Amino acid sequence: MGDPKIRIRGLRKAFGAKTVLDGIDLDIAPGTSMVVIGGSGSGKSVLLKCILGLIEPDAGVIEVDGQDILKLARRAREAARARIGMLFQNGALFDSLPVWENVAFGLLARKRAGRARARELAGGILAQVGLAESVGDLSPDELSGGMQKRVALARAIAAQPDIMFFDEPTTGLDPIMGAVIDGLIVDCVKRLGSTAVAITHDMASASRIGDAAAMIHGGRIVWTGRAADLLESGNPLVDQFTHGRREGPIQMELRR
Amino acid sequence: MNRLLDGLAALGRGAIGACRAIGRMAIFALSALSHLLRPPFYPRMLGRALVEIGYFSLPVVALTAIFTGMVLALQSFTGFARFSAQGAVASIVVLSVTRELGPVLAGLMVAGRAGAAMAAELGTMRVTDQIDALSTLSTNPMKYLVAPRLLAGAIALPLLVVVADILGVMGGFIVSTIKLGFNPYAYLHSTLSFVQAGDVVSGLVKAAVFGFIIALMGSYHGYHSRGGAEGVGSATTSAVVAASILILASDYVLTQMFFAR
Repeated sequence: MGDPKIRIRGLRKAFGAKTVLDGIDLDIAPGTSMVVIGGSGSGKSVLLKCILGLIEPDAGVIEVDGQDILKLARRAREAARARIGMLFQNGALFDSLPVWENVAFGLLARKRAGRARARELAGGILAQVGLAESVGDLSPDELSGGMQKRVALARAIAAQPDIMFFDEPTTGLDPIMGAVIDGLIVDCVKRLGSTAVAITHDMASASRIGDAAAMIHGGRIVWTGRAADLLESGNPLVDQFTHGRREGPIQMELRR
Repeated sequence: MNRLLDGLAALGRGAIGACRAIGRMAIFALSALSHLLRPPFYPRMLGRALVEIGYFSLPVVALTAIFTGMVLALQSFTGFARFSAQGAVASIVVLSVTRELGPVLAGLMVAGRAGAAMAAELGTMRVTDQIDALSTLSTNPMKYLVAPRLLAGAIALPLLVVVADILGVMGGFIVSTIKLGFNPYAYLHSTLSFVQAGDVVSGLVKAAVFGFIIALMGSYHGYHSRGGAEGVGSATTSAVVAASILILASDYVLTQMFFAR
């Protein structure tokens, strides 16, 4: 394998007495779709937010294209962040703006287009995720959950990022809509040639989206391999998680 | 002895917590103010905040002002009648409204309406990841969400207070001329000859400070809300309570600055 697109070493993050990330080491190759699985509260979202710069880690190294983004000055870090598109778990659409302005928000913010041009571009991007241009005039709260997810995906791909993060992309969707969203994600990632990181609990979604997979447990990466091997990994932690067994090495914390 | 130490420790924890909260709020305010001076600027967000805080608060401020002026005329007339000083009603109404009741009551009403709405909106944006989403789209949330609201608060409230001053005096005029038998011309003449520019300007300066406080409290508590619907609800309550107390406290300080000899 050549140089990784994203290289993480010794990443640590604690919230008070609770250590969430306890020395994460992870390499993600360019053009790979990496699926990160793990139980609720295992730190998957915190990992993504650390890479995005939304949470400041306590220690560790996060390199993107060989550059340690934690050591960059504010402006350089913002520029690095601009190369990453993010699909949030619940869409996180701006409900005070119409759909087209949500989609074109990044383009307008980076002054890549005026409002008229941005509106045109938004129509084209909406078409890429299977939505009619007329949807652009609606408010996000007029859309179904599946349509909101598509709009959020359109917003994430609008600036043609070379890295894309997906936070539980199929949560709250029915299985058919989940498969549709996964298909769109795969299409978008392939078309843009991006490197993707998706975190999910949904094994069907993981196998559809991922080339590679990793599992977080106890604040560390306990397994990495091919996404196709998730169901037969031979790792007792991964096997228990992917098969949803109550008995096994993972003990759910029911009470603190 | 242990109980005494426990009590002291609790007191110390409370004091440290209060200092920390004040420090966080000051840093938040300074950060937002610094963004007001550095591009990019968001005039659309400023316009939207002006409409939200100013235009939509107009009915409630107008009604509050007009009824306050009416009550003030009635109360001062009946009170001053004991000293045969009913002629001072016009001057009492105009001074009370412009110096004190216009800005304070408008501030409290806007804190309840626009401050609460601001905290609820930003709080909802926080708990639904919309604020994080802004950051991922090359937009600084402090610059985009908070700075325009602070500026809008400081601009909109003085404008509302101009309206409140006019309507408050008009309320007093209506009651005095229709119910209390004052001569309309004499009432207006007394009002205009008694009021000075300093009375109105001090009220407008107070209003600008109150508007800033309302927007700061609404933004701060909304921006830092946590924990879903309950968190947003408690952020809204905190924003209104904190803004109301700070309005009354800063009113005393400003009055001391303007009028104490």
